[in-house]
Amino acid sequence: MRIVVPIKQVPETNAVRMDEATGTMIREGVEAIINPLDLYAIEAAIRLREAHGGEVTAVSMGPPKAMTALREAMAMGCDSAVLLSDKAFAGSDTWATSYVLSAAVRRMGEFDLVLCGERATDGDTGQVGPGIAAFLGLPVVSYVSRIESVADGRCRMHRLVEDGYEVLEADLPCVLTVVKEISDPRLPTLRGKQKAKRADVPVWTAGDLDVEPSKLGLEGSPTRVVKIFRPSVARKCEKLLAADETSVATAADRVVEFLQTRELI
Amino acid sequence: MRHSGVWILAEQQGGRVQRISHELLTRGRALADKRGCELAAVIFGNRIDAADLSELIDRGADRVIAMESPRLEHFLVEPYAACLLKLLADRRPEIVIAGATTTGRTLMPYVAILAHAGLTADCTELDIEAGTGNLLQTRPAIGGNILATIKTPRHRPQMATVRPRSTRPADRAPGRKGQIERLAAPADLPPSRVRRVDFVPSADEHGLQDADAVVAVGRGIKKADNLPVARKLADALGAALGATRDVVDRGWLSYPHQIGLSGKTVTPRLYVALGVSGSIQHLAGMQTAETIVAVNTDPDAQIFHVADFGIVGSLFDVAPALTAKLRAAQGKPGGEESK
Repeated sequence: MRIVVPIKQVPETNAVRMDEATGTMIREGVEAIINPLDLYAIEAAIRLREAHGGEVTAVSMGPPKAMTALREAMAMGCDSAVLLSDKAFAGSDTWATSYVLSAAVRRMGEFDLVLCGERATDGDTGQVGPGIAAFLGLPVVSYVSRIESVADGRCRMHRLVEDGYEVLEADLPCVLTVVKEISDPRLPTLRGKQKAKRADVPVWTAGDLDVEPSKLGLEGSPTRVVKIFRPSVARKCEKLLAADETSVATAADRVVEFLQTRELI
Repeated sequence: MRHSGVWILAEQQGGRVQRISHELLTRGRALADKRGCELAAVIFGNRIDAADLSELIDRGADRVIAMESPRLEHFLVEPYAACLLKLLADRRPEIVIAGATTTGRTLMPYVAILAHAGLTADCTELDIEAGTGNLLQTRPAIGGNILATIKTPRHRPQMATVRPRSTRPADRAPGRKGQIERLAAPADLPPSRVRRVDFVPSADEHGLQDADAVVAVGRGIKKADNLPVARKLADALGAALGATRDVVDRGWLSYPHQIGLSGKTVTPRLYVALGVSGSIQHLAGMQTAETIVAVNTDPDAQIFHVADFGIVGSLFDVAPALTAKLRAAQGKPGGEESK
């Protein structure tokens, strides 16, 4: 099986600070990691390779430092990796990101599956997986919680929906986005780390891909962020201490009253 | 032909129109009134209940476009996308809003690519920009710590998803006038390369995201054996049971219960947090709840920063007391099992 796993490097914490004057995010000093939800896609891909043979390739679009995330993916067990890095990609929204990633997948040649995390923890859109599928002219199965079998050019899987699990069968090739339930991501091994460190990870720029310049980066992105601001969620918390039997009873009474005032019960 | 009109993407299950459709009508109606245009509800399915379709008119749609085929009975991305793309090309709406459901969050990005449209996920606020008429889409970013307002100046339609339960369903005004079109799916609908072969309903506590009230447990619950304390309170409130990542990672509750960045996002009317510290990752999944009540032994716990009502104390004291008071307030046997 040939599997491609698109991954994203994200800030380690969501406590990203804002420059109040310029309204932009301060990303300096924040450690960058592989999007935690991508680890499940990497793990699922490695398990499929272990069961069926083949090759897993991680691909990421980002600044040069995203190379770290790709080497980490290789340390976990991906066979190869490709970094897509070009100033022309800067400012991409999910449309332009999906465009570049799909062009990279195409350049890699034949494949059976593209396995994506459900969404990235920073952007939180979940749009790039379906977007890659649309550009590749393939169907997408989102929220995959379990891959039951892969045989005879078909993949049978479970899809987590609001009220249960759909059992779906898809022709390969196909794009999947996976949820946490699918696997427990393994930790990189020391040997994996050493191998990843030595590995030659190519960097592809716009010139290496079959893409139209007008569809890249900010220029190619239909959406524009016009304002970034802090939510005014400052909730006024009425706090009570419940330390003994009396204060517990009082507190419970007050909560019931409070819920009644808000017509919640 | 210029683009005009607001569409909402209604959803059905087993031919019955789902609640999210009515919530979207609330959003859609406000936008259509501001823009001075028609509001249409678009729905795909098979043998959709006729009364449910008229109810969409009662609740604010000026037009219902129902496209039906046995192949549209359940959501599959290829036939659904083909139908929506055909309707978009034929009728050119200016705005398309869908629920951030497993269907909406799959269909919308797929279609947005092929329609070369801008799409904004999980909008908490939608408005029309004065002068330009552009759709202003506001959504939480970076784990919900900041909000971003996004617009799509040059591409049409402007597409957005909104979280289920983030809006009240539109009120019903029986006798409202509107047009219902029942259309067959295009004859050249391509075959789906994905087939639905079975469905396994969730065993219990499904619909966490649909619940009006949620009781969530954090590490303060200490062990799985203590869960009945939370379950009883959830029963008394008619609430679904949720959990933090810590609780799920320890195996005390299963993953479908997980609320937070790496789990589900919920926006219930009431959220009761028991022994939840309030990590950023958890807050991102619940801080849009209408009312938050928190119980924690630590007076400095983060959760109190987003709570409307906080009790500093042990959940093992407070939850049973609260359960009893709620039962009493509801006129049910206090504190006892009422089933």
